[in-house]
Amino acid sequence: MAPVDVSPGEVMVAQAAREIQDGERVFVGMRLPLIAFVVAKRTHAPNAVGLFELGIVRDQPARELLYTMGDPPNVAGAVWCARTIDLMGLLQRGDVDAGFIGGAEIDRHGNLNTTVIGEDRKNPSVQLPGSGGGADIASLAHRLIVIMAHDRRRLRERVDFITSPGYGDGPGWRDRVGFPRGGPAVLITTLGVFRFVGGEAVLRSYHTHSSVADIREQTGWELRVADDVHQTEPPSADVLAIVREYDPEGFWTRRGE
Amino acid sequence: MSIALGCSLEPAIPFAFVHELIRQRRRELEVIGPISDIAFDMLIGAGCVRRVTAAWIGNVSAGLAHCYRRAMEHGVPNRIEVRDHTNFTLAQALLAGALGAPYLPTRTIIGSDIARANPTFVPSTSPFDGTPLLLVPAITPDLTVLAVQRADGDGNAHLWGPWGVAQEAALAAGAVVILADQVVARDVIASDPNRTIVPGTKVVAVVEAPGACHPSPLQGRYARDHEFFHEYHRATRTAEGFAGWLADWVDGTPDHAAYLARLGERWPALRLTGTPAAEARF
Repeated sequence: MAPVDVSPGEVMVAQAAREIQDGERVFVGMRLPLIAFVVAKRTHAPNAVGLFELGIVRDQPARELLYTMGDPPNVAGAVWCARTIDLMGLLQRGDVDAGFIGGAEIDRHGNLNTTVIGEDRKNPSVQLPGSGGGADIASLAHRLIVIMAHDRRRLRERVDFITSPGYGDGPGWRDRVGFPRGGPAVLITTLGVFRFVGGEAVLRSYHTHSSVADIREQTGWELRVADDVHQTEPPSADVLAIVREYDPEGFWTRRGE
Repeated sequence: MSIALGCSLEPAIPFAFVHELIRQRRRELEVIGPISDIAFDMLIGAGCVRRVTAAWIGNVSAGLAHCYRRAMEHGVPNRIEVRDHTNFTLAQALLAGALGAPYLPTRTIIGSDIARANPTFVPSTSPFDGTPLLLVPAITPDLTVLAVQRADGDGNAHLWGPWGVAQEAALAAGAVVILADQVVARDVIASDPNRTIVPGTKVVAVVEAPGACHPSPLQGRYARDHEFFHEYHRATRTAEGFAGWLADWVDGTPDHAAYLARLGERWPALRLTGTPAAEARF
């Protein structure tokens, strides 16, 4: 039996943790992926290594909940503390297996917008924060794992601005523009999990609190559903215990993403 | 005038310098930095900024940057120009500046709208293998401001914790100002020269400014004041709210010592002692 009272954030963390393979080098990022890294390290991926774009490499998670990747507990016990250019160099060379990013908007080809709502960059209807390192991870990691909140305004037929490129207009686009590798592998939302097949998002599972019908209603493109669509595996009691020990107040896991 | 600051990303942001720019009503600045975690938001809200060259402008643990939004969406208090970067392209632009090179080529963002939105980038191909590249032109700030744990009187500065783009920004700049948590004897710096982020030859001023980074953290000295960032987020939702926040925390404090005093008990509670590194014998 899955424990009751599991938040969407906790379901997303558990799924995100499953995306990290043992021994992989992963650009971790902040918020839910940070907790996913903790879960993966303590369960099935003890040899995963976490990379942080401000210049940190860790083979053990920080001992305290992080509010930013630059908090002192994320430096204490790190195996390397260096420069952004060093970490981005690893990424560009192809030395990073996977990376996590979030976004305000995404389209069916996995193109993400974190820059601006509105057609004109210079006159936004909503000014968003921008790329940070997100567009670099989307450009250069071998595999991209996207985590975001799910509603029709966010999962759109077209995004207003492509900050972090996915598969552009479809298969072959990344090769044509000249990316050496990469592209989204999975989109984990507050409602379900999509895998990318032929450069397009296909629904593979719905969370316990959701359904295919809910997801169709909340998705701004014509939903493609996998033949074997199923319920997302809920977090085990062990995984929930790790998540709640790390984020006891639910600062990240209870706010959604 | 162009000023690079916040170059270690989330930690070691020289907020004391930011506050003083606001107190002195500096105007028409170009601010350069990757993340800046509310530092650029304050400067924009206070009307100090003409252009922002950055990868991300927001409040890292709280959300969007309200002053940046008002400036971009409504021209309040003034219109600003944005040159969109990523953390990688900004690091490369500053590294090019540090090397005295005109540009560096990259494979990042070649299919992103950022590559078109920022008019300084030039699409190209490699002369060696014909693969697509983006040329990122050098950025050479007039001034780079770094906050560090310790420096000597000549500006030879030790920074530990993440360096982000701080070293490139310092070496690319026309001049560097150091805010040192502690000014120490030259022998302290010379005992561990691998920890020096910038040599004194680049530095025009050293200021002993304890606590200069609050509310951002400084490794081994003080923690991040998360709640301060969240309070700023709530207080600055409206232009009036931001004006009130500035009146309280910046214009209401004549200098950084007064700002720290205003924090009361909350400032000593953030103090860290850290753990010592293993000895390295030179």
